[in-house]
Amino acid sequence: MEFQEIKDLLTKQFGDAVLGEDLNASPNAILIDRKKITDVCDFLFRRKETYFDQLSCLTGIDNGPEANSMEVVYNLYSIPRGHHLMLKVTIDRKKPVIDSVQHIWRTADWHEREAYDLLGIQFKNHPDLRRILLPKDWEGYPLRKDYEEQEKYHGMNVKYDRDQYPDDIPQFKKQDADSV
Amino acid sequence: MGLHDHKFGEGGIVITKLDDVLNWARLSSIWPMGFGLACCAMEFFSTAASGYDLDRFGVLPRASPRQSDVMIISGTVTFKMGDRVRRLYEQMSEPRYVISMGSCANCGGPYWEHGYHVVKGVDKIIPVDIYVPGCPPRPEALIGGIMKLQEKIRRESSMKPEALEKILAKRKKLA
Repeated sequence: MEFQEIKDLLTKQFGDAVLGEDLNASPNAILIDRKKITDVCDFLFRRKETYFDQLSCLTGIDNGPEANSMEVVYNLYSIPRGHHLMLKVTIDRKKPVIDSVQHIWRTADWHEREAYDLLGIQFKNHPDLRRILLPKDWEGYPLRKDYEEQEKYHGMNVKYDRDQYPDDIPQFKKQDADSV
Repeated sequence: MGLHDHKFGEGGIVITKLDDVLNWARLSSIWPMGFGLACCAMEFFSTAASGYDLDRFGVLPRASPRQSDVMIISGTVTFKMGDRVRRLYEQMSEPRYVISMGSCANCGGPYWEHGYHVVKGVDKIIPVDIYVPGCPPRPEALIGGIMKLQEKIRRESSMKPEALEKILAKRKKLA
């Protein structure tokens, strides 16, 4: 199925929930309303002509405090039909909440945990929303644009300390390190 | 073996220093812990494989920290792994040694500035005996590091009061 056909199909089914398209994205993307994302995904998965049986990737994006928004991007693929589609959802940065699609594609389980771990996006109805890469007592979400790492973790300095090397080793003097 | 029996005569007795025997035994069977943290581990494995054959130095990876003499930190130490590395080190019995292999373990490597998740040098957590530079170090470099460790063990003494000598030397310097 071609991109335009899928878009028309979605517009016919969901109306206002289809907010637009992004033709610069590869594959081309359809922008979806936050509240309808599980319904749209479920529809695309169940419908015979579309049958997107694989969620290739689920990514979170932080647009920064100025834009004050976050995005969740779904990359879909239909193995038997061989067509691709991208779905983009914009969410509020201060309260990043979106419904989980874990019940449609099991792949989403770990992908959503990753987006939660690094960006702090909350996936509603996710059965096991824990950090997947970082330790559970880590503070903050590192892929946010305004992220500042904590000073210490379990007594270890998190930041590189330039002054840790003694001054009598010439190659590690601070001014040298700055001029490199 | 033909030469040895001629050399030692019929009594089969060798006279040597106890320190030398102990050190010789230790440096000839440095058993590392069989674990790797990142890409450096690949070089560690290939050093242990037939091409470079670490076995000929008496280096034989063990599956338990309790049977290991040396810990080769082969790769990036994340903060999450840092806790585990420290615990594994504590589980090793003495005498124990640490080889820090590669730039990441030495000082944080390419993650030194923006790597929020990387320990900036494994020596922040555990004492390191030998640093092997490289990213990753070639097997020759790791073998070089192991031979350096052998030299270090060869100079050790189980009876010499080294700590006391150090304090005395310091006092002498101050006086």
